[in-house]
Amino acid sequence: MTQKNHTSRREFLRAAAAATASLALASPSLAQSPARVVVIGGGFGGASCARALRQLDPSLDVTLVTADRQYVACPFSNEVIAGDRAIEAQQFTYEKIAAGGIKLVTQMAQTIDPQARTIGLADGSTLRYDRLVLSPGIDLRFDALPGYDEAAASRMPHAWKAGEQTLLLRRQLEAMDDGGVVAIVVPANPFRCPPGPYERASLIAHYLKTRKPRSKLIILDSKDAFSKQRLFQAAWQELYPGLIEWVALSQGGKVTSVDPASNTLVTDFATHQVQVANVIPPQRAGRIAEIAGVTDKSGWCPINPVSLESTQVPNIHVIGDACIAGAMPKSAFSANAQAKTCASAIVALLAGAAPTPPKLINTCYSLVAPDYGISIAGVYQPRNGLFADIEGAGGTSPLDAPRDVRAREAIYARSWFETIGAEVFG
Amino acid sequence: MKTLRTSLAIGLIVASAAPVRAASAPPPPGAASCSGCHAATSQAIPNIYGRDADATRSTLLAFRNGSMPATVMTRIAKGFSEDEIGSIAAWLATQK
Ligand SMILES: Cc1cc2nc3c(=O)[nH]c(=O)nc-3n(C[C@H](O)[C@H](O)[C@H](O)COP(=O)(O)OP(=O)(O)OC[C@H]3O[C@@H](n4cnc5c(N)ncnc54)[C@H](O)[C@@H]3O)c2cc1C
Repeated sequence: MTQKNHTSRREFLRAAAAATASLALASPSLAQSPARVVVIGGGFGGASCARALRQLDPSLDVTLVTADRQYVACPFSNEVIAGDRAIEAQQFTYEKIAAGGIKLVTQMAQTIDPQARTIGLADGSTLRYDRLVLSPGIDLRFDALPGYDEAAASRMPHAWKAGEQTLLLRRQLEAMDDGGVVAIVVPANPFRCPPGPYERASLIAHYLKTRKPRSKLIILDSKDAFSKQRLFQAAWQELYPGLIEWVALSQGGKVTSVDPASNTLVTDFATHQVQVANVIPPQRAGRIAEIAGVTDKSGWCPINPVSLESTQVPNIHVIGDACIAGAMPKSAFSANAQAKTCASAIVALLAGAAPTPPKLINTCYSLVAPDYGISIAGVYQPRNGLFADIEGAGGTSPLDAPRDVRAREAIYARSWFETIGAEVFG
Repeated sequence: MKTLRTSLAIGLIVASAAPVRAASAPPPPGAASCSGCHAATSQAIPNIYGRDADATRSTLLAFRNGSMPATVMTRIAKGFSEDEIGSIAAWLATQK
């Protein structure tokens, strides 16, 4: 891989030199033009990677292509849904990133030609790259759950991409009468933010308990186990007794179809008509990954964990939710850690060196109540083409911790979000 | 110490091949993840940059062997060898 890159880089320089010679108005700097790295997707993965690249090598020509002027972050959006936080606290812009010398292109990338190493943008223009990083996040699969298409999402919000969907779910909860039933439909693995649905259930329960105490919340799950399960269930018992019902796959929790007109969720065993239906559908890598040819049959992207480079298409790296990262969960923390690893690998590869095998950390906090936090952490290293857990490290908060430890973890959770928001966008 | 020297050597190779600023010497394995939580400005979570390397090293080792309690760092420090912890502590000491 390294060898190949070296050759193509030389070829590129030779071609550039030839072009210089053939142009009357050639600029001498063309022959030594810096390596071009394009990053597609300005979320936690892509924006972190663009910044890390420039930090490691300020001479790099780094372009960040992202769909919107504003990024709305998912972490802590469950607090917005529960009415405890303003959506504005989730919103970030790219001005500071652009001020740091990164070229910002606010458009959808529509096509990728891995042979020519070009990207086609929505306005018809083309970008060239030596190395491309994809961090497109997820696409919701509107073909996977009968009845649940894009139109259904305006009646039964997923709120799994933050923004208007987050606010829609919040409004539905506010409009619901006391005594109503809220359902959260959870997909099978893998999906973005494994503990997210249960944090959401907790914070909605907190809202219901304080504002609409006769209401109930039911979780219809396509799994028999979930992240931080024992901690969540113990906390639900303690904080919201009788309010949350979790229906596992083996108890008939898997939703097989939905009817948005009547707000009905159908499983093999029952039909649930509810007042608020939050349907989190199955997911896959953002569409541009498939267009680039880096997805496999699962809809996600296999990578070399040392360099985050696609195992299917050379010179394209995939980070964040879109990649198949083994034991690393699809989290903003992981996306940020992968982004920095990927940037180091790209700098090494462009210099003709082999990337150093990395170690990565993830820590995911969940709020069970505004002042009650729990966490899961892991340390990972490449093994057999994936990120594997380092045995003996990581794990969840202790099951028997006193309340002041839970309160401290809630403070740390908020501090984490502030720090990462500043590191990526500030 | 051996690992530390090796990783600095690798850093120098990369630095000579591409113009990397001294302040941004490539972090040793694991160290790049720290800034997800730790910032110079953070209040609740301590600043870990530009501190004495020996102090950082002994704190991390104490997390690792459980002699110093913490919510998360005890779980994370167990993922690193003594050598790796030494390299991380030395690198953090050079950061702002
Ligand atoms: C409710 C909820 C709570 C969560 N809580 C946490 C938490 O507490 N901690 C945590 O670590 N993680 C949390 N997460 C997960 C976290 O949000 C994701 O893992 C993270 O956003 C992944 O980053 P990414 O860069 O892969 O994708 P994203 O952040 O989704 O960024 C992708 C970006 O790429 C853009 N894009 C996509 N395709 C194109 C294209 N073709 N052209 C141009 N731009 C494109 C998109 O518009 C988007 O801006 C939570 C998620 C949810 C849903």
